[in-house]
Amino acid sequence: MSDMSDSSLIDELPGELLMWVLIISELLVFGAGLIAFMGVRLTDPAGFAEAQSHLHRTGAAFNTAVLVTSGFLAAQALHWRLAARRGAARLALIGAALLGVIFLVIKGVEYADKAAQGISYETHPFFLFYYLLTGFHAAHVLAGVGILLLVTWRDDPRNIEAGAQFWHMVDLVWIMLFPVIYLLG
Amino acid sequence: MKYESQKIAYAYFAVAMALFAIQVIGGLLAGLIYVFPNFLSELLPFNIVRMLHTNSLIVWLILGFFGAAYFLIPEESEREIHSPKLAYLQLIILVVGTLGVVVTYVFNLFEGNWLLGKEGREFLEQPKWVKAGIVVAALIFLYNVSMTVLKGKKTAITNILLLGLWGLALLFLFAFYNPGNLALDKQYWWYVVHLWVEGVWELIMASILAYLMLKLTGVDREIVEKWLYVIVAAALFSGILGTGHHYYWIGTPAYWQWIGSIFSSLEVIPFFAMMAFAFVMVWKGRRDHPNKAALLWSLGCATLAFFGAGVWGFLHTLHGVNYYTHGTQITAAHGHLAFYGAYVCLNLAIFSYAMPILKNRDPYNQVLNMGSFWLMTSGMVFMTFVLTFGGTVQTHMQRVVGDYFMDVQDQIAIFYWMRLGSGIVVVLGALLFIYSIWVPRKEMVEPGPIERDRLENDPDHVAAES
Repeated sequence: MSDMSDSSLIDELPGELLMWVLIISELLVFGAGLIAFMGVRLTDPAGFAEAQSHLHRTGAAFNTAVLVTSGFLAAQALHWRLAARRGAARLALIGAALLGVIFLVIKGVEYADKAAQGISYETHPFFLFYYLLTGFHAAHVLAGVGILLLVTWRDDPRNIEAGAQFWHMVDLVWIMLFPVIYLLG
Repeated sequence: MKYESQKIAYAYFAVAMALFAIQVIGGLLAGLIYVFPNFLSELLPFNIVRMLHTNSLIVWLILGFFGAAYFLIPEESEREIHSPKLAYLQLIILVVGTLGVVVTYVFNLFEGNWLLGKEGREFLEQPKWVKAGIVVAALIFLYNVSMTVLKGKKTAITNILLLGLWGLALLFLFAFYNPGNLALDKQYWWYVVHLWVEGVWELIMASILAYLMLKLTGVDREIVEKWLYVIVAAALFSGILGTGHHYYWIGTPAYWQWIGSIFSSLEVIPFFAMMAFAFVMVWKGRRDHPNKAALLWSLGCATLAFFGAGVWGFLHTLHGVNYYTHGTQITAAHGHLAFYGAYVCLNLAIFSYAMPILKNRDPYNQVLNMGSFWLMTSGMVFMTFVLTFGGTVQTHMQRVVGDYFMDVQDQIAIFYWMRLGSGIVVVLGALLFIYSIWVPRKEMVEPGPIERDRLENDPDHVAAES
C-alpha cells in the first residue's frame, strides 16, 4: 500500500473538474452526432447536397466570426480579472454575452427563413441532423449567455474561469459544426 | 452500531428480504410457465405472475434503499433519525399497500372501481388508494431524512443520496396520470421507470457504494467524494436524454432515434466509472476490513452493473439494432443482468454490511454468504447468456426471416429449459443468502497465526471497525 494522495494529471487541470467532465461529455455527443450525420450522408450524397444548398453560408460564416470574437472577449475577461481590472473584465463579459445574443438572432432569422420555405425536420434526413445539431448548439449558446451574465455578477476569478471554459466549448462545437454541415461539398 | 435509530433499517431489510424471496419464486413460476404453458393458467395466469415478479422486485429494492438511508444517514450526519416512529409508520403503510396490490390482483377484487380496483394498464398499475399511500409514505420518508440531514452534518454522500431519493419520489407522481392512448401511456411510464433506473437510482447506487467503500477500504473521504461527483454528473448527463431510447417505436417523432441512440450510448460511462471507482478504492485502501462478504457484493455490484446495464444495454440501444431486437429475449437478458448487477447486488451488499452490525454479531463467519454470491451470480450470468443466444436466434428467425412468433417460440424452447435451470440456481442462491443472514448464530472467528502476526506488526492492518 503506497501513498494515499491522489495527485495525478487530474489535479493539474486548470478550472473545475466537473466542467471538464461536462465538456468531454458534450464533445462526445456532438462528435457522435456529426459521425452519424456523415454516415447517413453516405447513403444519399445528392439529396444531402441539394438540401444543403438551402442553407445561408454567409450568415453562418458571419456567426462563426461573432462566436470566436466572443470567445476571445471571455478569455480576455479572465486575464483582466486576474490583473485586478474588474471593470474591464465585466465589460468584456457583457460584450461576450451580447455577441452570443447576436449569434442567436442570426440563427433565429435562419430558422424563420427555413420555416417560411416549409422546411422542417421531416423534410429530409439532412434537416433532421441540421435541426438537432444546430438546435442543441443554440440551446448551449443560450445557456452560455446566462452563465456569462451570472459570472459578470459573481465575478470571482474561479467563476469567470468556469464560465469561459463552458463558452469555449460552445465555440469549439460550432467550429466543428460549421464546416461539416454548411461547407462540406 | 453508533446510533440507536439505525435499528430502523433492520425492519426495512427484513421486509425487503421477504419480498426478495417472493420475487425469485415468482420468477421461477414464470420460467416454468415458459416451458409448461398451461401451468397454473387458471389459478395464477402468466400476466399476474410476471406482475408479481417485476413489482415485488421494484418494491423490495426501494425498501432496501429506504433501509440503507436509515442506516447510513445517522452515521453520516452524526445524529439520530428525526423520528423513528414516523419511519415505522412509513413501513407499515408500504407493507399494507403492497399486500393490497397483491390481493386485489390475484383475486381481481373491486373490478372497475375507481379507487379500489385495477386501472387496466400494463405498467404503473396499482389501485389508486395504493398510489396515494405510496405518496404519503414517500412524503413521510423525505420529511424524516431531510430533517435529519438538515440538522446534522452534510456530506457529499448524504447530499447525493437525498437528491436521488427526492427524485425517486417526485418522478413517481407521473404514475397518477393515465392518458387515453397507449403511446402516451408508455411515454409517461418511461418518465417513471427509465428516469428511475437510468437516472436517480444511479445517484442512490453511487452514494451507497461510496459509503460502503469509505467503510470497507478506509480511503480518504475527499477522494471518494471527487469520484462520486464525477459519476453523478456522467449519470445525469447521459441518463436524462437517454430516455429517448424507449421512444423509437411508440409513435414519438423520429428525432428521438438519434437523441436516444447517442445519449444512451454514453450511459455506459457512469457504470464504467463506478466499476473503476470500486476497484481503485480497494487497491488504494489501507483498511483490511473483516466483512469480506460486503466487499464481495460491492465489487460484484459494480462489475455486474457495468456488464448488465452498460454492455448488455449498449448491445441493443442503437436504433438500427433495436429495430430488429426490440422486445425479444435480448431485452430480457439485459433486464435480468442489469437489475441483478446494479440494484440487487447493491442491496445485498448493504444488507451484508449492515446486518451483522444490526444483529450485533460482528465479526462472524461469512462463508455461506459468499457462497450465495457465487451461486446467485453464476446462475444469473448463465441465464443472461442463455437468453442472449435464444434472443439472437429469435431475432433472426422472427425479424429477419419473418417466421411466425409462436413457431419461433417452439424453436427456441431449449433456451427456455436452460433458463429454468439457471433460475433454480438463482433461487437456491437467494434462499442461501437469506439463511446466511438470519440463521447462523454468533460465530467469532479466532485469528490464526498469520492474522495474529499482522494485527501485531502491520500498522495498516485493521481488524474491525471499532
